[in-house]
Amino acid sequence: MSSPAVHVAGLERVFPARRGPGVTALAGVDLDVAPGEFVSLIGPSGCGKSTLLRLIADLDTPTAGTLEVFGKTARQARRDQDYGIAFQQAGLLPWLTVTGNIELPLTLHKIGRRERQTKVAELLELIGLTDFAGSYPDQLSGGMQQRVAIARALAESPRLLLMDEPFGALDEMTRERMQNELVRICAETRAAVVFVTHSIPEAVFLSDRVVVMSPRPGRIVDVVDVALRPGERDEALREDATFFAGVARVREALHGTSVPSARGVEHR
Amino acid sequence: MAAVRRTRTLLLGLLGLVVLAAAWEIYKAVGPESGVLLGGRAVLPRTGDRAMPHLSEMVTRLGDPAVGRRGDPLWLAVLRACLFSLRIAATGWVVGVLVGLGLALLMQRLRLAEAAVLPWVVLSQTVPLIAIAPLVRRWGAQITIGSFTWSSENSVAVIAAYLAFFPVAVGVLRGLKSPDQTHLDLMHTYGVGWWRTLFRLRLPASVPYLLPALRLAAASAVIGTVVAEVSIGLRGGIGRMIIEYAQSAGGDPAKPWAPIAGAVAIGLAAAGFVVLLGLLLRPYRRAEVPA
Ligand SMILES: Nc1ncnc2c1ncn2[C@@H]1O[C@H](COP(=O)(O)OP(=O)(O)OP(=O)(O)O)[C@@H](O)[C@H]1O
Ligand SMILES: [Mg+2]
Repeated sequence: MSSPAVHVAGLERVFPARRGPGVTALAGVDLDVAPGEFVSLIGPSGCGKSTLLRLIADLDTPTAGTLEVFGKTARQARRDQDYGIAFQQAGLLPWLTVTGNIELPLTLHKIGRRERQTKVAELLELIGLTDFAGSYPDQLSGGMQQRVAIARALAESPRLLLMDEPFGALDEMTRERMQNELVRICAETRAAVVFVTHSIPEAVFLSDRVVVMSPRPGRIVDVVDVALRPGERDEALREDATFFAGVARVREALHGTSVPSARGVEHR
Repeated sequence: MAAVRRTRTLLLGLLGLVVLAAAWEIYKAVGPESGVLLGGRAVLPRTGDRAMPHLSEMVTRLGDPAVGRRGDPLWLAVLRACLFSLRIAATGWVVGVLVGLGLALLMQRLRLAEAAVLPWVVLSQTVPLIAIAPLVRRWGAQITIGSFTWSSENSVAVIAAYLAFFPVAVGVLRGLKSPDQTHLDLMHTYGVGWWRTLFRLRLPASVPYLLPALRLAAASAVIGTVVAEVSIGLRGGIGRMIIEYAQSAGGDPAKPWAPIAGAVAIGLAAAGFVVLLGLLLRPYRRAEVPA
């Protein structure tokens, strides 16, 4: 039995305040993500989704609790490039071409030119931007930039992909197209994904499990098993009854039973 | 497209020159002989040939000998002085840019250094040049290392550097701090240290801030050189020449304009050099908003 992609137990993160007890961004969080599993984090603004993701990425350190990535410490996993990461902002370097941006992690880790070229060609094919290899980020649309950012996150063939609202800045149509592509990319790369989102349908459409969180202090209130069979996630699913059932269950978990709305969650 | 834009900029620049020349000649032709006075103060100069020689006279004067009947023509003397000053200004610029870069790096690396150094950097520029020029010369005169002895030229270059380092230090510091948190996080996830983050991210990101700073530094170095030549009393450069020729304005009114034009030419050469640098660094200027 291989170790889980992410193992989190009793995780806590308190941001110290100059006065008072500080902000408890996360408290008592337990979560396991299996290899190849797609898990979404959803919850109202400020419930600690980004904080959790940043802890897994070793961009921040927990104040208490256990955190393992593929059975190693988060720091070791980062050193070993076990994960790739994408943010809400594509964060491409404006002076590098699409190719240069995708191969940035490879260049930084001194991977040979030949190998880089093969990998970039493969990733460009995957995100469907082969014709834009030599373009600069300012010549691309927002959706294209985000696809490049995802390709960059995949450059070192990580077994785990961390994504913080990667489609948050995109319009609804582009967003759905990107979701379809992400499903395809995940099927091809077999990477586990921890995906932060504000959109219930997005979470249900993409995930094996949806982790519902609540704020102050940030904790996990429910985990909804979407339980769709692989290969089921296509355009038709968006009109399907199982999909709507999933959406309803996540919504219930978010609001208790019938509270009309929670701040910061989209009902699209 | 870019070529068309550049040609247009050039043409507009030339047009500006023509307009300036025309304004000069028209005012000279129609303006009152005694100049324009406002409340007893002259706001526009007298139009006589002494105060305002014809442009054509200034140009022909360039071909005549600088002094006496024979000897080198005026343009050659001015050119020599220009090159002399340009060399000093360039030395000062290079030193100033290096010092500015070094300070910016230090201030970016150590928050403490920023708090300790930045106020002094800003304060340094409020000290008038006239005050530091004699100081630099006096201190410099005490320096001899082996066969190297401090010359007045070195003093002038130091003053040029003193003016040039400031825009670079401030501009580059802003540039080094310009990358988004996302970019910095990304570098951290790649496990890349400060130095490689510097070369891969911070320095390229600071180019749009660096170029205007270099341009300002070039202008400052030229002005610093010309002024310091005068206050230190260094011969051979354009600064001294402007003063010397101004004294001969009485008998030879077209002559003083030649070194003034020379000083302008030095400024243009310096600015042109920075434009060339900008072309070399073009890939890094994509984030720049078109001016
Ligand atoms: N660096 C920090 N210093 C202090 N407090 C912080 C810091 N980062 C986050 N917090 C606090 O921790 C809590 C959780 O923040 P976090 O960014 O994880 O929320 P989120 O769920 O990602 O919200 P959103 O959906 O708006 O992105 C918030 O109350 C926030 O104020
Ligand atoms: Mg967030």
